[in-house]
Amino acid sequence: MKFIYQTWWKVLTVILIGSTFITGLLFKVPRLDILHETIRNLYFHVPMWMGMLTVLVVSVFYSVRYLANPKEEYDIAAVECVNTGLFFYAIGLVTGMMWAKYTWGEYWSGDPKQNSAAIAFLLYCAYVVLRNSIDEEQKRAKIAAIYNIFAFPIMVVLIFVLPRMTDSLHPGSGGNPAFGKYDLDNGMKLAFYPAMLGWSFLALWIATLRFRIRTIEYKKNAVN
Amino acid sequence: MKKLSSLMLALMLSIAAFAQPSSVEMADTMRSEGKIYVVIATITIVFIGLAIFLFSIDRRVKKLEKSN
Repeated sequence: MKFIYQTWWKVLTVILIGSTFITGLLFKVPRLDILHETIRNLYFHVPMWMGMLTVLVVSVFYSVRYLANPKEEYDIAAVECVNTGLFFYAIGLVTGMMWAKYTWGEYWSGDPKQNSAAIAFLLYCAYVVLRNSIDEEQKRAKIAAIYNIFAFPIMVVLIFVLPRMTDSLHPGSGGNPAFGKYDLDNGMKLAFYPAMLGWSFLALWIATLRFRIRTIEYKKNAVN
Repeated sequence: MKKLSSLMLALMLSIAAFAQPSSVEMADTMRSEGKIYVVIATITIVFIGLAIFLFSIDRRVKKLEKSN
């Protein structure tokens, strides 16, 4: 956990994301109907989900560690990762809606991907509600950790598996190839991969900041 | 090295070729290609601001951690 206090990867984050604003908006992209220039949203919409996924994975990791070894800091890490993940989740949903309005015609067209993303969002909102509804500290941490471990695979199935098995407007579903198949080789990777990495690190960075603030608060309360 | 310099030369020549139609010299750089560069500048400024903000929060948290 030493690295959360270090600066080098935060600088790297800023460079990675900053570079995608230039490469992502200037580099050539495939000329496709309907999508037009909005194909560049790939560099800004998809990384939100990557950032969310990164912090949620870290959150599950700390939930498991908490159950193995009930230390307060593991619980705090898990919670703050979910909080950050929810932020990126919301941004991902809203940017998706924005993109959908101009390519699919509606902000919300009841698409399987949208619907299951919304359900999984509620799943994580329930985590926050559940956790806040228990007063006793250790019980709260334990129940929240168990819930989190169950919520994660359900979220993954809802967002990344089920929509792909039916017809969906979203790329990568029902015989509809994702961008990766034929577009991503045209130099789009040069902006896409740094964006994915950069936004993952940014989500982690924000989560570590929240974790550190919460730890200070916790220590202060413990002393009093 | 030779390749690189010839590439640079070709690039500069192409820039000169672009500049020819507008006879009056203006600061056109930021206005070319549908003014996309302005958007890039805006987003970059926003993001640099956010990054500085995040770094300053990081520093303040560090200070708090030390004082505890």
